[in-house]
Amino acid sequence: MSNPRVLELFRAHLPPQSIITDQAAVRPFETDGITAFRERPWVVVLPETVEQVRSVLQISRDHDVPVVTRGAGTGLSGGARPIRDGVLLTMSKMSKVIEVDLDACTATVEPGVANLAISDAVREHGLYYAPDPSSQIACSIGGNVAENSGGVHCLKYGLTVHNVLGIRVQTIEGEELVLGGKTYDSPGYDLLALMMGSEGMLGVVTQVTVKLLPEPPDKRVLLGVYDDLPKAGDSVSAIIGAGLIPAALEMMDALAIRAAEEYVHAGYPIDAAAILLCELDGVASQVESDADRVSDIMKAKGAINVRTATTEEECELFWKGRKAAFPALGRLAPDYYCMDGSVPRHAIGRVLSEITRLSTVYQLPVANVFHAGDGNLHPLVLYDANKEDELQRAETFGGKILEYCVAVGGTITGEHGVGVEKLDQMCLQFSEAELNQFHRLKAAFDPGALMNPGKAVPALARCSELGGMHVHEGKVPHPELERF
Amino acid sequence: MTGDDSERLITHVRSALERDRAVSIEGEASKAFLGPRADGELLSTRGHTGIIEYRPDELVVTARAGTLLSELDAALGAENQMLACDPPHFGGKGTLGGAIAAGFSGPARPWQGSVRDGLLGVELVNGYGERMQFGGQVMKNVAGYDVSRLMVGARGTLGLILSASLKVLPRPEYTRTAVVAVDRVEACSRSLNLLHKPFPISGSCYVDNHLHVRLSGNEAAVEDASETLRADLEVEESFWDQVRDHEHPFFQGSRPLWRVSLARGSCAYSEICQEQLVEWAGAQVWAYMDDTQSVIELGEGEHATPFRNVAADSSKRIGTEDKYVRRLKAAFDPQDIFNRGMVV
Repeated sequence: MSNPRVLELFRAHLPPQSIITDQAAVRPFETDGITAFRERPWVVVLPETVEQVRSVLQISRDHDVPVVTRGAGTGLSGGARPIRDGVLLTMSKMSKVIEVDLDACTATVEPGVANLAISDAVREHGLYYAPDPSSQIACSIGGNVAENSGGVHCLKYGLTVHNVLGIRVQTIEGEELVLGGKTYDSPGYDLLALMMGSEGMLGVVTQVTVKLLPEPPDKRVLLGVYDDLPKAGDSVSAIIGAGLIPAALEMMDALAIRAAEEYVHAGYPIDAAAILLCELDGVASQVESDADRVSDIMKAKGAINVRTATTEEECELFWKGRKAAFPALGRLAPDYYCMDGSVPRHAIGRVLSEITRLSTVYQLPVANVFHAGDGNLHPLVLYDANKEDELQRAETFGGKILEYCVAVGGTITGEHGVGVEKLDQMCLQFSEAELNQFHRLKAAFDPGALMNPGKAVPALARCSELGGMHVHEGKVPHPELERF
Repeated sequence: MTGDDSERLITHVRSALERDRAVSIEGEASKAFLGPRADGELLSTRGHTGIIEYRPDELVVTARAGTLLSELDAALGAENQMLACDPPHFGGKGTLGGAIAAGFSGPARPWQGSVRDGLLGVELVNGYGERMQFGGQVMKNVAGYDVSRLMVGARGTLGLILSASLKVLPRPEYTRTAVVAVDRVEACSRSLNLLHKPFPISGSCYVDNHLHVRLSGNEAAVEDASETLRADLEVEESFWDQVRDHEHPFFQGSRPLWRVSLARGSCAYSEICQEQLVEWAGAQVWAYMDDTQSVIELGEGEHATPFRNVAADSSKRIGTEDKYVRRLKAAFDPQDIFNRGMVV
């Protein structure tokens, strides 16, 4: 569609280069990081100022046009997939660092600033921004707020919600909400926390103040090699149970190890069934004693070999394979589908066995690369979209994995968000009353349902068509499993 | 007494809805000094207590709202663990539900996080009389809006919290306090350093012309830090609990006591007044003042709230997001039955 009147108003408030309607130029915006979901927006706007954002919202509200907000488009759940008759509000031109406050150890930035660019801007002062999603070189801080992004180091340093002190949000009704700032708390309801992970459903983030941390003076990475996946899983629980909180604790299975090694030659043992990467950071004396303890635990739990990297170069080499795991696996099949279930740590072994079983049922290979320390799994289902029914099988397989995660007391998404991808699984995790509460909460900020409509929370009709399975009423799949 | 009193609590809420009566939620009333409880029928969580689940290797504890924080401390301590957040216990009576509803934090807050930071999930009853679960027991969870954290500091106005899951951490192997006698100006500059340096810090407090910095880690790391801080190390275990729970002699005064929340790094506290205790590397100030407005010049986002020995002045506490606050209240509690009239 096209809406000439709306377009005319956009042109009155935004510079010409900030409005894209040409169908070829719009094409790169038709999907976010999950390319299976595509839609061509009729207009893309790229505001450069807060005033322009407010104008876009006001015009859209006056003319009842839906608005989808997009950061860098790296999201992995289709949250920024455009809506055919909607405006795609792209924040990438608002990418200035507004202020670095060295007394407060904070940085205040526009939403389009890339996650890593914040650390780059303050590195000379010995500071950094802790959350590090794997897309950190490209993903924007505004998008991080919308998704409550995590990353490899959130086991010790927390998620976006723990590291953002303040935001400014523009509502569809034209107000600016100043939430938090440089204080540790604010009077009233904690709307700052509520906005984290709200997937662009409640407002548009136009400014973010983040907490900066001092760079840890020392760092070590241990690589534990296992001939058996469950032994690696047991090591994870044992390390945490021993009172150690590593900066990162990651696991890779055999298929992931081989793919990564062939791709980047990180020195991983290609005949291993699993490896554990454990990073410890802090002051030298602490790191040293913690590293010895982790090494002992890994060996006691059956690691056939434990290697320790102490120099920056060695640490980087150990991480190289993990960081390249997704693209490396991408070389094994034309397409892959990355899941994001989160489970209690002690259930990791059971969930991995179930994934292996489902892999035979759906006849699709699966690799596991994940944040073991906080129980956040990223199974990658490999498939070929050009082969008949493989996409559908991959999606069904992925859905089954998430159902199992819920059944063992976990959640359908640890850090990628619901978007459009996991709407069906939301019906499984939440009851009708809970979903209704979500809809009422959204309506408090967006009564006309114009902000990113149809995402994040499913309509009740959708759930009833699926059979309306509710966890809390005991109608879960796998009722034989203990729930906690 | 440990028990599940949820059926009675839910029945009471539904009955209040039918009769169009308000209910006033109360645990052990450990924060009664903040003001009288809201008007309405008493809805007490005192019978709804006990740990529902605790697995040390999961770093999570789930307990009913009426459970005493001291009871949680004891259970976690037996496994050499502790809550990641450090809410005040106030008279030893503070409950889990009350800690969430109030959202206060002890001296560890800048380094170990707040109740809101450590909260993983809640079970609650909304103003429709519906029992609901948000969040869960896993560390990472972005399914649905973060209703759990919205409950922190909402003072029971959005619903009745039945139970909650909180993150726990291993107890540090070795804890000592670096103590140094300094004036306010010096305390300010040293406090700023606490945010900049990668020391194993777990609390700061400036009182009676002494800066106390709690250090937690292994022995070598703590000793190293104290050398850099040029301070003597003391044990001071009870000092930190006394500060957190307002049992330190500083809090025994009878004049109006205010809580002032300042920006990180602002260090304005040297100008506030003579009688003060400062936590959070300068960002939380407790001050005895008869009249705040003439004394404090607050920066953007900074705020002062009456805490003890002074009547709450509601006009000072309403934020700019007023319209959305009202709508959120209606989204959870359309008949306004929970803690009616309570200022958030």
